[in-house]
Amino acid sequence: MKKQGRVISINGPVIRAKGLSAFAMREMVEVGSLRLLGEVIRLEGDEGILQVFEETQGLQPGELVVGLGEPLSVTLGPGLVGAILDGIGRPLGSLLQKTGDFLGRGGGLEQLDAKRNWEIFPQVQKGDIVTAGTLLATVKETPLVEHRLLLPPGMEGEILEILPQGFHDGESALARLRDGFGREMELPLLHRWPVRTARPVRQRLRPEEPLLTGQRVIDGYFPIARGGVAAIPGGFGTGKTVTQHQLAKWSDSKIVVYIGCGERGNEMTQVLEEFPALVDPATGHPLMERTILIANTSNMPVAAREASIYTGLTIAEYFRDMGYDVALMADSTSRWAEALREISGRLEEIPAEEGFPAYLPSRLAEFYERAGRVTTLGGERGSVTLIGAVSPPGGDFTEPVTRHTKRFIRCFWALERELASARHYPAISWTTSYSEYAAEVRPWFETHVDPHWGTVQDALRRILAEDEQVQQVIQLVGEDVLPDEQRLVALAASIIKIGFLQQGAFGPDAYCPPEKTFAIMELIVHFYERAHDLVAKGVPLRLIKEAQEVEALYRLREIESDNLQAFEGIRRRLESRLERIGAERLAEGRSQR
Amino acid sequence: MSLAEYRGLESIEGPLIVVDGVKGVGYDEAVEIVGPDGNLRRGRVVLIEENRAVVQVFSGTAALVPDRSRVRFLGRHLEMTLSPSILGRTFDGLGEPRDGCGAVLGGFRRDINGQPINPMARAYPRDFIHTGLSVVDTLMTLIRGQKLPIFSSNGLPHNRLAVQIASQSRITSGDNFAVVFVGIGIRNDDAAYFIEALRDSGKGRPPVVFLNLASDPVIERLAVPRTALTAAEYLAFDLGYHVLVVMTDMTNYCEALRELAVARGEVPSRKGYPGYLYSDLASLYERAGVLRDRPGSLTQLPILTMPNDDITHPIPDLTGFITEGQIVLSREQYAQGVYPPVDIPASLSRLMKDSIGKGFTREDHPDLAGQLFSSYSKVQEVRALAGVVGEDELGAVEKGYLKFGQAFEKRFLSQGEREDREIGVSLDLAWELLSLLPRSELTRLPSSLVKAHLKG
Ligand SMILES: Nc1ncnc2c1ncn2[C@@H]1O[C@H](COP(=O)(O)OP(=O)(O)OP(=O)(O)O)[C@@H](O)[C@H]1O
Ligand SMILES: [Mg+2]
Repeated sequence: MKKQGRVISINGPVIRAKGLSAFAMREMVEVGSLRLLGEVIRLEGDEGILQVFEETQGLQPGELVVGLGEPLSVTLGPGLVGAILDGIGRPLGSLLQKTGDFLGRGGGLEQLDAKRNWEIFPQVQKGDIVTAGTLLATVKETPLVEHRLLLPPGMEGEILEILPQGFHDGESALARLRDGFGREMELPLLHRWPVRTARPVRQRLRPEEPLLTGQRVIDGYFPIARGGVAAIPGGFGTGKTVTQHQLAKWSDSKIVVYIGCGERGNEMTQVLEEFPALVDPATGHPLMERTILIANTSNMPVAAREASIYTGLTIAEYFRDMGYDVALMADSTSRWAEALREISGRLEEIPAEEGFPAYLPSRLAEFYERAGRVTTLGGERGSVTLIGAVSPPGGDFTEPVTRHTKRFIRCFWALERELASARHYPAISWTTSYSEYAAEVRPWFETHVDPHWGTVQDALRRILAEDEQVQQVIQLVGEDVLPDEQRLVALAASIIKIGFLQQGAFGPDAYCPPEKTFAIMELIVHFYERAHDLVAKGVPLRLIKEAQEVEALYRLREIESDNLQAFEGIRRRLESRLERIGAERLAEGRSQR
Repeated sequence: MSLAEYRGLESIEGPLIVVDGVKGVGYDEAVEIVGPDGNLRRGRVVLIEENRAVVQVFSGTAALVPDRSRVRFLGRHLEMTLSPSILGRTFDGLGEPRDGCGAVLGGFRRDINGQPINPMARAYPRDFIHTGLSVVDTLMTLIRGQKLPIFSSNGLPHNRLAVQIASQSRITSGDNFAVVFVGIGIRNDDAAYFIEALRDSGKGRPPVVFLNLASDPVIERLAVPRTALTAAEYLAFDLGYHVLVVMTDMTNYCEALRELAVARGEVPSRKGYPGYLYSDLASLYERAGVLRDRPGSLTQLPILTMPNDDITHPIPDLTGFITEGQIVLSREQYAQGVYPPVDIPASLSRLMKDSIGKGFTREDHPDLAGQLFSSYSKVQEVRALAGVVGEDELGAVEKGYLKFGQAFEKRFLSQGEREDREIGVSLDLAWELLSLLPRSELTRLPSSLVKAHLKG
């Protein structure tokens, strides 16, 4: 007999029930005649509180609460890649068939389609001794992803039987196993994992490889490491979602998990329409073949919004355990924090700052802690890189969610309203952003892209830092009265801002390989140094500024990525033009004397 | 569910009443309350604790007397009666006709809360709506199925702008176009202006109007957009109309929500508004869109007035976090005599990027728009500088920006209230104005476009 309780009171998604003495904390429940899904979030003797993941309209006191015997869990296995799931892991495709264009309720908790057939390639034999993380079988899930079926955490033993090669559905038993105590057990092909529990790893590793993103301001200026944690804070319309979409499209990850958490329905639709048509630059396959979407849009139930983050994280960890690099984007973590706040308010908990519960920082810490580069239980290298958008009210970065997030992340891409208003995209501020990974990943860039990566990057930073001061003066007195040396700084900085930092997300410039990123940086820095020499020798900046070859520096990004040798020609022409300007001017100066 | 009737209220607190001893009552159920005056009031259940129900009364609790009131639980949710004959009619916040023309005949009823659209059922909005306003069409293009609010302030001509957009919009070639007008706590004369202007616009069909006037019960403001959007969804997704919903003033809606939250003793978040203001607004704004397998579309043009002209106030701020861009009106521009007084740097249409350019509007449109935004923002910088050092001290390039800025505001931004400009005319005008700047300043434009379009 299943455990049963009764509803006492209903306050939106928060329900009080009695008869729960046999229920466990965080146990999944079905509530009422519609069998709405929820979970136990508080127990006090025989009574308790449930949060319900679906709308509670029409629910009445006295209706039944049935315990499902496990915490909120997600089914893991082939079929996840390319799917779009709701906050508690149900495919929106099957909900569409069940309830039509508009989301209904009581759809049940069917997650992965267990009837679908997959071609299984066994990797162990009868008699093999296997431990948690051992590769048991593989499935070609999409042309981009080999799905690896591993022995789940906490298990070990001897293989008694393994599925033979061939097509099998999700209900099949993958293997039979005898453990150290002689107990036999059957291992299902699909397995379930409680979403609020981090999946174990053997060892955590230091991040040292960059996650290449194809975005110049990131790769070249504020890089993120594989297994790193980053936040993108910004007021409305400053470019959080566009940046997250860019990373989902172009980062060199094996798997991308994108969580639309309390944001727009159209943004999910956009991914669903765009990604199948976009081709991964590395493999030539549609990007959808490596992408998993979790959608709890802003008009979907708020309790499921709170859960959506964990559902996404668990799926990301599952693929990490296969030895893959996974990138997870959460847009927006603020909506998740607000969901916590809303539930907390209905529980009448004592609020800390701005109505948020006192446990907000610890929940944020737990969330970001689940990122990392690891050695998996099976001994492979894998990583979860976590990139969270933050939506501070009024664009004010001192509000609680941004402030606490900053304590747990190491890469901060601050979007600035002024830049967005001037249509400087991505509006990532070069003064308030930072990346603590820059030093850690520099050796990688120097080995794999160019040995001068670090020096060029430093030179770029120096120019922009000096420009900050020059700009302050310009705002007071105008540019014309400044000495040429300072005006050159402003000129070089403007080339950096427009020609390097700006990168439109919707044209041919959307993806920029690190080699091209370097080539642009290098040429601008080279120009600055040469021009600096000339100016020091008394050549007026005006002559340099007017040169067509200098204007061309603003348009270096238009050079195609497969035509990087073009930089050579541009460099030579710039070189000879600067030489000519210098020679003429200096000769003029001599003859006048 | 039975239509249980109860006599007597346990208590009355602001817009809420508590009814004790109820049975079989569901959360969010619709309720009818009759006081000693015999008037029917409507409400909904907002909390149930065993056999006590807390009911939010839309029409206010004035004149209710606890032991002389009767309460009926209707066993269903709040619903709107729908049929094709709602076109041209006027309703109150709960969907009851208020035009004296009698009940909607032959209709069926639908829950006003609606249901979230499954993201898989949506089609990404891509069809450009021609509004005939240069600034909107070129720089913040409106897309069919978009939610694009107007952020305004008291005393600015947002109503006129909304009417101009609604009446000039060429949504499709056909005439299956409908306007739904939603007045939320607005003054009678504003309502009259809208209704008359929309009727006169010559687009054929008169608007469907939903009204909660300033003098009407405050809590009913929470129902009126939901009722109206239910009708709009029906027109769009059942009947295939391209529907433009003008909702004004969302600020009054948010204030009603705050009033209710305070009455319920909830923990307030910023400026006393409830922490769920974001989700609540989203449950309205997300009802815009286009569906893959159905004709029609639902475009929203909500209007809000920013308290103290403050764009970081929770109402515009949270709206901006949900909608797909915003058109911001500027008091400064208006004082300079500019109509429509659009604050260009602050305004944005997020959906335009996929719906303009070759095959949609014109090939040069995307880059041209980018250049205009960037040049105009430089104009602001130069003006600030000129304010400090004086115009005479500016260099030639800076002076060029001042000239461009002025011409841009006078000739491009400014436009008559009945002037309908072709998009091609607007784009050509933009090129003409950009020629006031040195070519080296046009870094957003690929050289090929400059060659093709820039004269001189
Ligand atoms: N890299 C970019 N290239 C071109 N346009 C961009 C870029 N980044 C942002 N934009 C522009 O800014 C608009 C808003 O960006 P986005 O939707 O990402 O904002 P957001 O920060 O996610 O806002 P919200 O918090 O409201 O969701 C986009 O629609 C696009 O027009
Ligand atoms: Mg966004």
